[in-house]
Amino acid sequence: MKFDIEMLLKNDVRIVVSTFVGISFLFIIVAMILGLDFNGTVNTIQRIMFLSAVYAMVVLALNLQWGYAGIFNIGVAGFMLSGVYTMAIITGDPNGLIPGLGLPLPIGIVGGVLVSGLLGLLISIPTLKLKADYLAIVTIGFAEIIRYTANALTFKTFSIAGVEMGTGAGRGIHLPMNPIRGLYYIDPSNMGLGKTIVGEYIFGFFEIVQVQSSVVVSWTYAIVLIFIVGLFYVVTYRIGNSPFGRVLKAIREDELVANALGKNTDIYKMKVFAIGCGLMGLAGILWQGSYGYTNPTTFQPILTFYIFIALIIGGSGSNTGSVIGGVVFASLLFEGPNFVRRVIMHVFKFDKAPNSIIEAMIPISSLDFEPFISYSLANISSLRVVFLGLVLVYIIQNRPDGLLGDRKELAASIDISRRPVTETREGKEA
Amino acid sequence: MSSSKVKRKLSGRKKSAKKYPLKVEKIGKKFGGISAVNNVSFSVEKGSITGLIGPNGAGKSTTFDLITGVTSSDTGVVKFNGEDITRKRPYQIANIGLVRTFQITRELKEMTVMENVMLAPKNQMGEQLSNVLLSKGRKRVESQEEEMLEKAWETLDIFHLDKLANEYAGNLSGGQRKLLEMARVMMMDPSMILLDEPMAGVNPTLKNQIITLIKKLSKKGYTFLLVEHDMDVVMNHCNPIIVMHNGGVILEGTPSEISTNERVIDAYLGGSE
Repeated sequence: MKFDIEMLLKNDVRIVVSTFVGISFLFIIVAMILGLDFNGTVNTIQRIMFLSAVYAMVVLALNLQWGYAGIFNIGVAGFMLSGVYTMAIITGDPNGLIPGLGLPLPIGIVGGVLVSGLLGLLISIPTLKLKADYLAIVTIGFAEIIRYTANALTFKTFSIAGVEMGTGAGRGIHLPMNPIRGLYYIDPSNMGLGKTIVGEYIFGFFEIVQVQSSVVVSWTYAIVLIFIVGLFYVVTYRIGNSPFGRVLKAIREDELVANALGKNTDIYKMKVFAIGCGLMGLAGILWQGSYGYTNPTTFQPILTFYIFIALIIGGSGSNTGSVIGGVVFASLLFEGPNFVRRVIMHVFKFDKAPNSIIEAMIPISSLDFEPFISYSLANISSLRVVFLGLVLVYIIQNRPDGLLGDRKELAASIDISRRPVTETREGKEA
Repeated sequence: MSSSKVKRKLSGRKKSAKKYPLKVEKIGKKFGGISAVNNVSFSVEKGSITGLIGPNGAGKSTTFDLITGVTSSDTGVVKFNGEDITRKRPYQIANIGLVRTFQITRELKEMTVMENVMLAPKNQMGEQLSNVLLSKGRKRVESQEEEMLEKAWETLDIFHLDKLANEYAGNLSGGQRKLLEMARVMMMDPSMILLDEPMAGVNPTLKNQIITLIKKLSKKGYTFLLVEHDMDVVMNHCNPIIVMHNGGVILEGTPSEISTNERVIDAYLGGSE
């Protein structure tokens, strides 16, 4: 009974691809309304795909911990930071302003994942006896300690056993060049030196349709990320849809029962915490890896809040729901408001927005809503948090299981919903 | 002590452990100032259906918790098949064949009946991450799961839960939850089962079926220790019966000895309490 692959191909892949295609189509319409050229449209879709892939990865990792095992880790941002910073320190130029170890990127990535996973393991040992809310307090505290450590002037540069390294403190730290550039340019750090054969061919092709080379590089990175989302999915799906995943679900439901049925729940919790944190670290690396630079401000606790909203939207406990949640959150709820602002401003041509909410609200008394709308649109980034809160309240009240959380996703490596057909004397019997 | 004497003593111990797989020796537990279980000792004979009765608050469920490692005892020793399990954790005790159900059913609500049952078997290859993640190991996992699935369906048949296999456990009735708990522990292939009020909330027909099943399993060598308030069940099917009151054992004997004992009548069967 080939349960997983067939089921995936039949249903879940179709759901995910449809969501990606639907959202891309929506943003093509937005780009058309905004009058963007083909390059601008392609660039817009790339940004949406990139962020969607990043969120899908982290949400899948969180789903493993919270959706399956019920481990309330609200230090996600801290584990992402630890991955990125470890990678930056390992790969940093030993003679740079913020010195690093100068090791190759793959070692940096593996190191980042391992350190995030090990930090997860370390924090799990003393804390997994804690109830959900206390564990939440500890994890967010831990994440903030990591962020403050990265931000601390003391660690701007430091040395261990005579080896200089540092976090760059509040100014942040440089990350290795986007490795995708190596595919297209002879010297990724100096584009002037010329393109590789692949670069010549691909850039040449896209030049015909007036897509800039930088957009091609970004798109390639986004495609790599989408592929890695697929790998994340396979890993989390295999863990979740197995006897291991069954124990995780049992821990979520009633840890004592799992224990009374012979499962050493502490070990399972430690393993899933370490794996989840390692994947969060990797997601952080892949997210910030394309920017060439990161700083502690990027990893504020609100990032964890965003990831939880994405998981709740998609459906906690469902891997496919996690991907859908990540995509819907990143495209419609996170990036969407900015595009709504741009579209409205483009269509209605508002005057300059008032400087304060008071100035925006006074004209309402004379039924003039324009200053208020204009002010709201100008401050849509701040209002986004309010909007997200409203969406969260709505979902929890009306669809508490999320978009796909009400599906029965059985934790087994085979289809356990059907009775195996057994041969009897009379013939086949269900 | 001469070596022959030592051998004789050890062999005597082995015999004793073989005949009495569970031995509880002077266990005690206090919660704050209240002594929930005090100096309790008893043994359970292999293949028997031993009843543990007593009024509410007598310490029966706490005794179960102490035996199965859910609560750690302050004093005393619990031995299972000759092995000291006093300080072992619930999962360790379950894995050596001593399993239990709970007084208030603890079904895994957001998991299907089949998932609940498939959780229980020991030594599942799919509980190892390497087997789950690598394709080679996954094939072995799938093959083992196929075998377990057949057994799970058979078990659900026995407990009349086969038609509810794909239902969430949280949607079952009280009686069905009791059955699910029993089905779950049976999937562990235990040698001894502690049942905490298995008949509570179960209809008379099903009750008879459960009793028949318990008796059948006991004949096969399974050992049962039952906490039960249904006196018909206890007096007709349990032997011996242990009576607890105020955290201690007041009597152990056959049903006829129990039903005629004045202390038991006063404390439980027909007294003021």
